[in-house]
Amino acid sequence: MAQLFFFYFAGIIVLTSILVVALRNPVYSALSLLIMFFHVAGLYVTLHAEFVAAVQIIVYAGAILVLYLFVVMLLNLKHEDRYHAQFPVGALLGVTILTEVVLLLLQQHGDPGTPVAPPDTVPPAAAIGNTEAIGEALYSTYVFPFEVASLILLVAMIGAIVLAKRDLFDVNRKA
Amino acid sequence: MTFPLSDLVAILPELIVIGAACLVFALDPLTPPSRKDWLAWFSVAALAACAYLTISRMGTSVSAFSDLVILDPFAGFWKLLLYGVTGFTILLSLAYLKAARLNLGEYYGFILLSLAGMMVMVSAADLLTIYLGMELMSLSLYVLAGFKRFEARSLEAAAKYFVLGAFSSGIMLYGISLLYGVSGSTRLSAIAVAVTTRGLDDPMLTLAMILLIVGFGFKIAAVPFHMWTPDVYEGSPTSVTAFMAVASKAASFAAFLRVFLEGLGGLKANWYVLFLILCLATLALGNVVAIVQTNIKRMLAYSSIANAGYALIGVVVSGYVPADRAAQAFGLSSVMLYLVIYSFMTLGAFAVIAMLRKDGVEGDEIDDYAGLAKRQPVAAFLMLAFMASLAGIPPTAGFIGKFYLFMAAVKADLAWLAVVGVLFAAVSAYYYLRVVMVMYMREPEAAGAEFRLVTSPVLAVALACAFAGVLVFGLYPNPLVSFATQAVLVLR
Repeated sequence: MAQLFFFYFAGIIVLTSILVVALRNPVYSALSLLIMFFHVAGLYVTLHAEFVAAVQIIVYAGAILVLYLFVVMLLNLKHEDRYHAQFPVGALLGVTILTEVVLLLLQQHGDPGTPVAPPDTVPPAAAIGNTEAIGEALYSTYVFPFEVASLILLVAMIGAIVLAKRDLFDVNRKA
Repeated sequence: MTFPLSDLVAILPELIVIGAACLVFALDPLTPPSRKDWLAWFSVAALAACAYLTISRMGTSVSAFSDLVILDPFAGFWKLLLYGVTGFTILLSLAYLKAARLNLGEYYGFILLSLAGMMVMVSAADLLTIYLGMELMSLSLYVLAGFKRFEARSLEAAAKYFVLGAFSSGIMLYGISLLYGVSGSTRLSAIAVAVTTRGLDDPMLTLAMILLIVGFGFKIAAVPFHMWTPDVYEGSPTSVTAFMAVASKAASFAAFLRVFLEGLGGLKANWYVLFLILCLATLALGNVVAIVQTNIKRMLAYSSIANAGYALIGVVVSGYVPADRAAQAFGLSSVMLYLVIYSFMTLGAFAVIAMLRKDGVEGDEIDDYAGLAKRQPVAAFLMLAFMASLAGIPPTAGFIGKFYLFMAAVKADLAWLAVVGVLFAAVSAYYYLRVVMVMYMREPEAAGAEFRLVTSPVLAVALACAFAGVLVFGLYPNPLVSFATQAVLVLR
């Protein structure tokens, strides 16, 4: 049963991901992306990562995708054919790399999956609940990378202002 | 939030840099436009404090934050280099930003946050931390690349760097997630254990390794992942190009060495072959394409690609002789030595470029330098010294750096690689010395606008430091060599 769900979600993810890059109308691409986000969230649910699934839907499907659509509509991009000219080269390289990866993974002998080291010392999610487990890990073991990530967001915010604010340099010129 | 206070003390230099960056952002609106220099001086003071802290802790190895961060002599070595490079960039920017009408306080904040990202990278013992540090560094650099907003070239550089950088991060994350799948952890130590138990020919490990090489190859600008370099280096403000070419390359090399020696050290027999190919391709393409460049920033971009190729020789050596610890350490310390020397000469060359202006525009075509020796003898002489060093002519430091790398190759029975390196160094002499030739031999265009020097006492001091570094390490490299050798001992 779990395998059935996995293959359903995985299949749709692959299919819609291809559509995102293959469709010519950017709005359709964005909508395929939306379907993909939902199925990724479904995959997280089958892994019992309910919190991540919810975040996936709220942040990606809810916020980021809406932003994409805004950009697409503001710029009024209807058909962007420029990059399709490179399609043959891209397809050739992509197929080559895919074949190599498949060949490499076919060499796999024995049990492919089991990780050697036990996963990091996060308490089992079932014991304390999903959200708590993530919170616990984020604010204890992973507090350092968590804070670095917050700095990345700070750079993104200030950077967007510096790059987009119109009269920044005019003020300077007068001075 | 449960972590001992000692963890915070351990990352005090990082905290100082981050705090200084935030203060620069906060104080910027309060400083009058004519007083933006204060922010620069404040940043330099913060760097000095960090350097003091890092030097005072040099001998010790501490891990913090549940082993996600490690502060060992290896990290200390790179951090000291990065402080120096950042300080130099700030001093160089003072005059440059004013002349280029880019005098925004935020500039220094981004430089400091980028430095914070690099510091996280060099002292990370976990792939997650390395990745986040790398993103912090790169995101700040994307903004800095586009700082000259009113110039299309600069915006193009920022957009190109951003899109390609995001792409390479994606590939690298793919590799990290495969490694996590194999080992159940992102810690380098746990990955090392997984590598030894899973064995050499595990396809998952091979694939993850290749993807990581792509990610790091992009950051150090190794061929065939170098496409962004010339455009980004040419379009970015020159002071930012200097910072990118030196600091981000050094930090990426540091993280790269740690990942491949500590985490994937068991796969040496696999990765040295790949690095050998990368190294040869980088040396060949970087040096050959540099010959046809007419823009000096593009020429230095290809030169920076070629220099990544030279540094890779040392990495190949360290993987080629897994049993011989001494030869391995020699290879690694020569990489570190080379990158320090590369920093001096490249920063110096970019500083001279940033100084020279014609009609208020930067003269960045090589032809613009015609007759510079007559108009501005000091600037021309400094450029001569840096170009000679980049070409590896004794008694400059560039010679010592290349000498140690080639010696490492010879010691590890890779004499043919050393020969290839020497041949390409001979090729590189052509395009470096062409700049010198144009400056000294060619007559200035009669009708052309005069070169004006945008200089300041601070810039003079910075240039004097770079010049002294190029000369002193060329004549007496021993302290630097022993410093690098000690720092490399902590790596397996």
